[in-house]
Amino acid sequence: MTVRKNQASLTADEKRRFVAAVLELKRNGRYDAFVTTHNAFIVGDTDNGERTGHRSPSFLPWHRRFLLEFERALQSVDASVALPYWDWSVDRSPRSSLWAPDFLGGTGRARDGRVSDGPFAAAGGNWPIGVRVDGRTFLRRALGAGVRELPTRAEVDSVLAMPTYDMAPWNSGSDGFRNHLEGWRGVNLHNRVHVWVGGQMATGVSPNDPVFWLHHAYIDKLWAEWQRRHPEAGYLPAAGAPDVVDLHETMKPWNDTAPADLLDHTPHYTFDTA
Amino acid sequence: MPELSRRRALTTAAALAATAAATTGAASAHSSTATASGSAGSADAFDEVYKGRRIQGRPSSGGGHHGGGHQGGGHHGGGFAVYVDGVELHVMRNADGSWISVISHYDPVPTPRAAARAAVDELQGARLLPFPTN
Repeated sequence: MTVRKNQASLTADEKRRFVAAVLELKRNGRYDAFVTTHNAFIVGDTDNGERTGHRSPSFLPWHRRFLLEFERALQSVDASVALPYWDWSVDRSPRSSLWAPDFLGGTGRARDGRVSDGPFAAAGGNWPIGVRVDGRTFLRRALGAGVRELPTRAEVDSVLAMPTYDMAPWNSGSDGFRNHLEGWRGVNLHNRVHVWVGGQMATGVSPNDPVFWLHHAYIDKLWAEWQRRHPEAGYLPAAGAPDVVDLHETMKPWNDTAPADLLDHTPHYTFDTA
Repeated sequence: MPELSRRRALTTAAALAATAAATTGAASAHSSTATASGSAGSADAFDEVYKGRRIQGRPSSGGGHHGGGHQGGGHHGGGFAVYVDGVELHVMRNADGSWISVISHYDPVPTPRAAARAAVDELQGARLLPFPTN
């Protein structure tokens, strides 16, 4: 059974194996397909039109499935690997071990944002940015530059306290848990973390930075925490909402899984802590 | 300048000063009225040199002149197109009237012009690639 652990508690060997599996997916071309898929949904999901991966109720189940696909790809390289999660409300500094050279590497240099240490630095030759929106082919970050502070635990708790999963109009203007977690409204959790990291993480091709997976693994864990706090509350809309994925409608691009099939993560993985 | 004062304080004071210096002055100070309609023509056209790069925005015909997106086409900028040195920047209008671009997708700004300027800031001189990228 896959156990997703806090990145801060990974052993040196677990970090090494995770990095090696990610690099192998990059080498064999499978990694960039995930970047392409994400960007296609980012530019396709609109508030007034069809929306699936973002700015909609299915933001959470869509990314749960997307991460499952990526985790299975990692496990096809090394069956011992699971996606770690980054609790950015605790590990909230560029000095966190997450950004050390033995794991993801640090922030970018001032001149051009280029990450110059760690396994994903361009100089290592193992991490070309192939799916991109501009001419730059090197991984970039600007930790803490686009926005000064990562969300606090109190801000996380304020969002977890929201009793309703999502509300009409089921987009970036919605009230409710999903949109506050996604960050288009209120204290801003998920979106703000993308901005805090900067570089490719702030763009539509954000999975170019491996921290994308650790960020979303924690967003996914917060969904699970919300479910435990609100056992009476379920995914909404239940049915009949145009342009958005209802509880029992299948999601693109897989077309074989509905949000209802993904509400319970435990058939797929558990977390190291409750 | 109302345009600048409304911008979210994402850049440093120095960068904002540079913005003011680089703006040609031809820019109209008023901007879109924030509505949830997403209708075409909801933002004003602009054309200026910002940090040495030409940024332009104008109402577009909409209707899928490119094939971007998993739905097989359609322009999602609410009928508004933005260009950086002549290359189209994918922009999108949010329900509250704010804007994002593919270059800074998680960080809404008030107007398409602000999205274009944010893209120039982010590009640090790099060329924009036409979308879709693949």
